[in-house]
Amino acid sequence: MSTQEIPEENLPAGQDTAHGAVKVADNPFADPGLPPHKPRVQDIDERAAKRSERAVAFMFVLSMLATVGFIASYVIFPVDKNVYIWPFGHVSALNFSLGWTLGLALFFIGAGAVHWARTLMSDVEVADERHPMAATPEVKAQVMADFAQGAAESGMGRRKLIRNTLFGALALVPLSGVVLLRDLGPLPEKKLRTTLWAKGKLLINMNTHEPLRPEDVAVGSLTFVMPEGLSEHDENFQTEIAKAALMIVRIQPEDIKDKRELEWSHEGIVAFSKICTHVGCPISLYEQQTHHVLCPCHQSTFDLSDGARVIFGPAGHALPQLRIGVNDKGFLEAHGDFDEPVGPAFWERG
Amino acid sequence: MSTVTNTQKKAPAGERVADWADGRLGIYTLAKANMRKIFPDHWSFMLGEICLYSFLIIILTGVYLTMFFHPSMNEVEYAGSYVPLQGQLMSEAFNSTMTISFEVRGGLLIRQIHHWAALIFLAGMFVHMMRVFFTGAFRKPREINWLFGFLLFFLGMFTGFTGYSLPDDLLSGTGVRFMQGAILSVPIVGTYLSMFLFGGEFPGGDFVARFYSAHVLLLPGIMLGLVVAHLILVFVHKHTHFAGPGRTNDNVVGMPLLPVYMAKAGGFFFLVFGVIAIVAAVATINPIWAIGPYRPDQVGTGAQPDWYMGFAEGLIRVMPGWEINLWGHTLVLGVMIPLAIFPAVLAAIAVYPFIESWITGDKREHHIAQRPRNAPTRTAFGVAWITAYMIMLVGGGNDLWATHFHLSINAITWFVRIFFFVGPVIAFIVTKRICLGLQRRDKDKVLHGRESGIIKRLPHGEFVEIHEPLSQGELYKLTAHEQYEPAALPPSVDDNGVERRTGALEKLRVKLNKSYYGDDNQVAKPTQEEYKEIQNGHGHH
Amino acid sequence: MKKLSARRRHPLAAVVVLLLALAATGGLYAAFAPAGTAKADVTAQSLAIEEGKKLYSVGCASCHGTGGQGTTDGPSLVGVGSASVDFQVGTGRMPAQQPGAQVPKKKVIYTQAEIDQLAAYVASLGAGPITPKEAQYDPAGADAAKGGELFRTNCAQCHNFTGKGGALTYGKYAPPLDGVSPKHLYEAMQTGPQNMPSFPDSTMPEQQKKDIIAYVEAVNGDKTVSPGGLTLGGLGPVSEGLFAWIFGLGALIAVAIWVAAHTAKAKKS
Repeated sequence: MSTQEIPEENLPAGQDTAHGAVKVADNPFADPGLPPHKPRVQDIDERAAKRSERAVAFMFVLSMLATVGFIASYVIFPVDKNVYIWPFGHVSALNFSLGWTLGLALFFIGAGAVHWARTLMSDVEVADERHPMAATPEVKAQVMADFAQGAAESGMGRRKLIRNTLFGALALVPLSGVVLLRDLGPLPEKKLRTTLWAKGKLLINMNTHEPLRPEDVAVGSLTFVMPEGLSEHDENFQTEIAKAALMIVRIQPEDIKDKRELEWSHEGIVAFSKICTHVGCPISLYEQQTHHVLCPCHQSTFDLSDGARVIFGPAGHALPQLRIGVNDKGFLEAHGDFDEPVGPAFWERG
Repeated sequence: MSTVTNTQKKAPAGERVADWADGRLGIYTLAKANMRKIFPDHWSFMLGEICLYSFLIIILTGVYLTMFFHPSMNEVEYAGSYVPLQGQLMSEAFNSTMTISFEVRGGLLIRQIHHWAALIFLAGMFVHMMRVFFTGAFRKPREINWLFGFLLFFLGMFTGFTGYSLPDDLLSGTGVRFMQGAILSVPIVGTYLSMFLFGGEFPGGDFVARFYSAHVLLLPGIMLGLVVAHLILVFVHKHTHFAGPGRTNDNVVGMPLLPVYMAKAGGFFFLVFGVIAIVAAVATINPIWAIGPYRPDQVGTGAQPDWYMGFAEGLIRVMPGWEINLWGHTLVLGVMIPLAIFPAVLAAIAVYPFIESWITGDKREHHIAQRPRNAPTRTAFGVAWITAYMIMLVGGGNDLWATHFHLSINAITWFVRIFFFVGPVIAFIVTKRICLGLQRRDKDKVLHGRESGIIKRLPHGEFVEIHEPLSQGELYKLTAHEQYEPAALPPSVDDNGVERRTGALEKLRVKLNKSYYGDDNQVAKPTQEEYKEIQNGHGHH
Repeated sequence: MKKLSARRRHPLAAVVVLLLALAATGGLYAAFAPAGTAKADVTAQSLAIEEGKKLYSVGCASCHGTGGQGTTDGPSLVGVGSASVDFQVGTGRMPAQQPGAQVPKKKVIYTQAEIDQLAAYVASLGAGPITPKEAQYDPAGADAAKGGELFRTNCAQCHNFTGKGGALTYGKYAPPLDGVSPKHLYEAMQTGPQNMPSFPDSTMPEQQKKDIIAYVEAVNGDKTVSPGGLTLGGLGPVSEGLFAWIFGLGALIAVAIWVAAHTAKAKKS
């Protein structure tokens, strides 16, 4: 859409820029021009001006005092001293005093300067003419001519071989930078599909760090477990627990609606991934009467009595369940890894 | 100068320094153009300064924080003075943030100033952007500066997000986890992007260091460049001003940079810094000691990002969980769609100036800040946009709305789902009506004068209110705005009787143009004839 | 004996006899008292159950059934134990006022003695968690930092990082822990009131509950230190954002209005 196609008559007429009273008689809406300057009290009364001057100086002095207070607070208050100040509560004496003194020291410099500008500096309004941004046609013509000359002298248009190889070289050279990014991280491979859980791994209670027995898990209780062999001190603990975290609840077997869930449980003890299938928050807001579990980040709600299917919110699929059983020593153990990737969905998940 | 140097007396020291600099930098030429630069007075023109100064404060305090912060995810055991964390395992990033807060004198204050200033910076940019939008100050020649400003807001969001994630606390870590989950949802390359960004699986041991270089170097570097360009353009274009007596499209009326604005703007920097320092003295922000170190298996309810990411949080919270599994691949629409709407919502406001100039076909320069009522369709669009944004902000805090207003989060989520679409429509219609009503009132005021509140009883018993005529200045102010004629499609046959084809795009343009300037979309401003007729014919009411 | 009887009229004789008598009485009491108290306890217990039953039939039976078997309006109380009663009635949740998503905390209408009687009666219906003794829940000497870790694993997801509460599904919520007594915190973990899951001793031993209570006292008590100033409800970025907009940007705009305003002009003379 070029400018020429737009009918000029649709654009509004330029503003009436006539100044002064001459035009007014003719046009009631004409611009009367800048009103005459009216003096402030300070402009005509020297005593008022003096008062303003004193006020400005007073503010600058207050600022100085506040800075002295800042340094004094820094020296006087130990960093761990807390005081009770209503209504702020038990606060750090240092933070409170440093903040106020610094704040006031700065504020009074500003307030003094602004008061000075407002009351003592000239407040006569000045008009400054504007000039159009676009260059005049002569300038434009000169630039175009210069450019044409430069372009011709470079031979860009004539020596196509040079031009094309230059473009080729410039297009290729950034590839080096892109290649260098390769080692930012490993390829995904199967990393998102596996966790530490494996057949026979005991369920370790994250509170006690002891293996869990079925009789420990009461109906209505909530327990978090991690796989045997993982420790908080391990270097890769964060990465592993981000996938392996599990929540254990016990539901009366007759209340479990999903057949597979019941099959994969041990006497109503079910183990679900604690990592939300939406974007991976640790989901664990378990309501023991409704068996709903809610994610605190985006409110996806899952029904743990029905295969942890999604009943509300943005999650796209059920929480993965871990098949568990009891080993011969009477401890709960995993029957293998999850049979699907835990956590947020991704393209290759399928 | 030359006269001074020609005399035997030596010039004062200050002048000699200035001369030295001028010989190398040409400062006199620069000063000639700018020293008495005029700035108009209006409080809303200072919103940008709030942003500029809070940005400077963030840089100053940020540099201080880098001296104590360790951008490392190595695990350490906390041995500082905060008892309820002693002996806990945490990353060095968290540990050093604890040191800044509890062991470095004044460190907590600087940290709090830094974070409060960041929230205020973003809030300031939002309001500043809305001021520019509603007064049409983005029109030619300022479209590019509008984009610079928009980019600053956009980059500010990510600079804020990366900074918020650095202490590696439980709240921000949850936010990073969300970001990783969102990246995973990207089709085809999602898992690769995630692996490359985090140096492996989440959380890995790299992201704090990587976010750190983005937060302290890459993003603020770009932003600093944009800020400088933004300011240069403000100087080059000269500030807009509202129409008024003597204030036209061809001039700018106000006070000179030296001395008034040097004092006012310079003073305002100290005022902004002072206010933020006092805010940091009285209110805590991001108390990481109460939140605890990040562990991917732990979480706290009320997990929200800082406010400027709140509307994105809302989008992700209210989206239904759509997921398509086909041919062994998963399309995570439940995450992807909000991820796409997020930039689209922002882009809608960013490209608006170009759309409006296409619709109006106006290629002239505009230096008068419009009153929002005089551009009803644009104002209505802006309010609709803000409505959508605010509704999503509500969605982002749906859990806190639920607990504090005794509502159900499910009900709030449904409300947001519906009103994200309905709310802007209602806001658009209502705003437009209000604008047109205000235009009518302005017209009435021009033609009949201001209602004085004085009731007069006429001889025959009728009561009338005396209307006082407006001053010349006020008359000018209320009639200074420009009104476009609605566009029309060109005749279907041209002068030679040949059928003319009008493109679909042009038809759309004409249609949109009518929705801006058609009969029902603006109130024709009073003409001189109308005014004269009423003044002469009926006298004053 | 002669010696003794010779001194029978000694002025101090009466005092000695009195002392001996007192010692004997004390000794006898010491010897027999425990049996006596136990006997008294049993009586007191049955008396408490008796009294509790009366209170129960007035205040609770309409919902929970005359024998605590439960009705459509209230769950069975068989086996909930005295700890549940102590928590539910001691925090004012019971008796419930009206049906709703969740029974809220209210003013307590029973005295502690009455609550104990009710608890005794309900405990007599079936074995369940017993009201804890002070030694069980007193957080003195517990490890608040360990408690913090446990709190973030087990509690913060619903109750927020420092126990400020949070939302659950369909209008339910995890209440704030402000001002909840250690005993009630302990009982809540032990019994899992309403929709809260329980954290029995088998998965969270007594000492860990104490650690958690110590942590809650440390971060959500009267003496909790907030070095940086106002906690703004401890709700995180939402309240911080509101504060930044209203008080931060609000104050700055107010200042900007002052900076940009024109100074008052002198009155026309």
